[in-house]
Amino acid sequence: MSCKLAIEDLNLYYGDFHALKSIHMEIQPNEITAFIGPSGCGKSTLLKSLNRMNDLVEGCRITGAVKLDGEDIYHGMDVNLLRKRIGMVFQKPNPFPMSVYDNIAYGPRTHGIRSKAKLDDIVERSLRNAAIWDELKDRLKKSALGLSGGQQQRLCIARALAVEPEVLLMDEPTSALDPISTSKIEDLAVELKKDYTIVMVTHNMQQAARISDKTAFFLLGEVIEYGETESLFSMPKDKRTEDYITGRFG
Amino acid sequence: MTMERTCKPVAAETINKLTFKDKMRAYKRSPLSLILLLLVCGAALITMLTLLYLIVYILVKGIPYITPDLFSFTYTSDNVSLMPALISTVVMTIIALVIALPLGIGAAIYSVEYAKRGNKLVQLVRITTETLSGIPSIVYGLFGYLCFVTALHWGYSLLAGAFTVAIMILPLIMRTTEEALISVPDSFREGSFGLGAGRLRTVFHIVLPSAVPGILSGVILAIGRVVGESAALMYTAGSVAQMPGQAGGGLFDSVRTLSVHMYVLSSEGLHIDKTYATAVVLLVIVIGINALSSFVAKKITKKQG
Amino acid sequence: MKWSNIKELLMHILFFLTACVSIFAVVLICVFLFANGIPAIGKIGVFKFLLGTKWKPGNDIYGILPMILGSLYVTAGAIIIGVPIGLLTAVFLAKFCPKGLYKILKPATELMAGVPSVVYGFFGLVVLVPLVQNIFGVAGNTMLTASVLLGIMILPTIIGVSESAIRAVPDSYYEGSLALGASHERSVFFATLPAARSGILAGVVLGIGRAIGETMAVVMVAGNKPRMPQGLLDGVRTMTANIVMEMGYATDLHREALIATAVVLFVFILMINVTFSLLRRKDRA
Repeated sequence: MSCKLAIEDLNLYYGDFHALKSIHMEIQPNEITAFIGPSGCGKSTLLKSLNRMNDLVEGCRITGAVKLDGEDIYHGMDVNLLRKRIGMVFQKPNPFPMSVYDNIAYGPRTHGIRSKAKLDDIVERSLRNAAIWDELKDRLKKSALGLSGGQQQRLCIARALAVEPEVLLMDEPTSALDPISTSKIEDLAVELKKDYTIVMVTHNMQQAARISDKTAFFLLGEVIEYGETESLFSMPKDKRTEDYITGRFG
Repeated sequence: MTMERTCKPVAAETINKLTFKDKMRAYKRSPLSLILLLLVCGAALITMLTLLYLIVYILVKGIPYITPDLFSFTYTSDNVSLMPALISTVVMTIIALVIALPLGIGAAIYSVEYAKRGNKLVQLVRITTETLSGIPSIVYGLFGYLCFVTALHWGYSLLAGAFTVAIMILPLIMRTTEEALISVPDSFREGSFGLGAGRLRTVFHIVLPSAVPGILSGVILAIGRVVGESAALMYTAGSVAQMPGQAGGGLFDSVRTLSVHMYVLSSEGLHIDKTYATAVVLLVIVIGINALSSFVAKKITKKQG
Repeated sequence: MKWSNIKELLMHILFFLTACVSIFAVVLICVFLFANGIPAIGKIGVFKFLLGTKWKPGNDIYGILPMILGSLYVTAGAIIIGVPIGLLTAVFLAKFCPKGLYKILKPATELMAGVPSVVYGFFGLVVLVPLVQNIFGVAGNTMLTASVLLGIMILPTIIGVSESAIRAVPDSYYEGSLALGASHERSVFFATLPAARSGILAGVVLGIGRAIGETMAVVMVAGNKPRMPQGLLDGVRTMTANIVMEMGYATDLHREALIATAVVLFVFILMINVTFSLLRRKDRA
């Protein structure tokens, strides 16, 4: 199987602080890859390097390469097109302060789709794919800020799907949600991996064990262990991984 | 692994900075973004060029006419000296501050240190100060005319003008003092109360001293307001170009401040060169006040930071 | 009672009284204006005063409709010129400006707010008036001149309030938009700005208040003809100008009519203030 995303010798610095140390990783298509590790270990930072959101951070310096289908995303690729191909869902649901419809249509409009019929179609399809169409079809014109936290997060997933990405990055997408909403998002993620490649940062080890195919364990900016989720959780190769998943620290 | 971490060389090429070429290509793909960028930069340019043009124009036209007789102590119709107006402005500012400072600081102390949360009076005070800060200066001028000049029989006088502008700067002083008091950490107060000090002692020995820089920046802004004011003073302080008290009436003599002086000169249109020169003096004062206020503001942030 | 307790109590009362001063001041202003202005409106007749199209103090005819319209037109002109430029400048300062440049530009906008009205007025008189005169071949004291000058004068207000409104918008909107592949410019304009809407609107309302209340600068460039506004390139007199121009020599009913003009202006300002604080409250909620 050819890999979707290849991370090659990636180093990242915030000023003098060496936040990611020589990361090598290959992420397979149509799988859920989970990043786990204690806070501040660099897992979110690595995620944000995959769609170049770290470009915004002042004093942030990256070396190495990230390749999407073999294309170097840091050389010669239009950032905006890259972010269209690699969508992102944030830790805190961040719907725009506009209607549900306009939230979903925001991305397609950005990329030049004007036709009302086409937009209607995209909105419905995205909401269906995010398994939230039935809940929201009657309130498309209502403000998205009136939705519950879980609905907002699924709306944000639908919003990301509306620009037809290839990869979906999820940065602790359930950490601000209640257990019921969390399980809905998890089911959704499993459903979505048929069509998308999903990379998910999570604090919750059970979540990683439940839904991911591959897991990477991070500590102090390094990948300690990366492999099949099942074997990583059942027979960790590294002592530090074992300590973490058995709850001895973190 | 630990070895590698400590001696990893930082040599490889930084890859996460957009090059000019990258940006141009993105704009080519999305012309709207380029248009928005140009609009935003254009507007900022217009704003700044307007200000720059105003300042440079007045400086260039006015500086050659700044001569010693502009600062002569007597004003005559031949030599429209600005010295009487300058000194009147200083006196006016000082009196207005003497009136407004205790009132403004006292009111701020009451609403921050004494009143309970959600106090109805404090809410009313807040609404009225907001109203006061929105009232145009000509309305203040008319009020001062009706109240101080006519009803109290002070006549056109320095004092009537000073009272009028004192009310104008009151909301400004109250607001800045309130903000300064609020930013004093509660731990200071608790510490003082914990040592058995009363509320009054706490306010005067602990809270107020820490709030001084904030209050000072408010005072500087207030000085700027008074120096720039003209509409509120035309019909309260009048427009007689003389030293304060020169006619023997003390504070009840009519005077003109620098801004009113400038207005009178430019509407007479007889001494256009001197008008430019007066504008220069006014501008320099205002720039000086602004520089001072941002200097003080920087001091505050440094202290907090 | 101990002396220290008495002192505490006395000072408490004193602070309380100083807090009441601003209430007292507003009441005093209202009483003096209304007591002197309302009777005049009664004598002239409400409709004759507010809707009368002629202002001829010599014949005891006092209609201030020309001045009301003058104020509204000039203010509208100032808004049309000042809001787009001010808002875009605020966007530049908040989202586009490099840090080093910001350290120069921010104090510059503050300086702009500090420049006295008379200096703006004089600048208008010696620069804008001749400019309008040369371009359009008319006397330069026109509604257009006044609008442009006021548009410049309200810039710092619009910029200041809008910039803080834009900065108050959470970054998550902007980042959410970027993550969908929108450019920096698109994200700022279509995700951040709509979220700052009511704050920006509050700035515009505040700008309207500044423009409608501005006096000296307008007097110096607007031409001040007390008749119905005839168009952009004709002179116009605002309510504020009406007061300043004639207060110096007016007596009796004429004087009272001027005070009544101030009453009308005051009511306008009160409405604007209420709108502003409502908008700001909505922004905080």
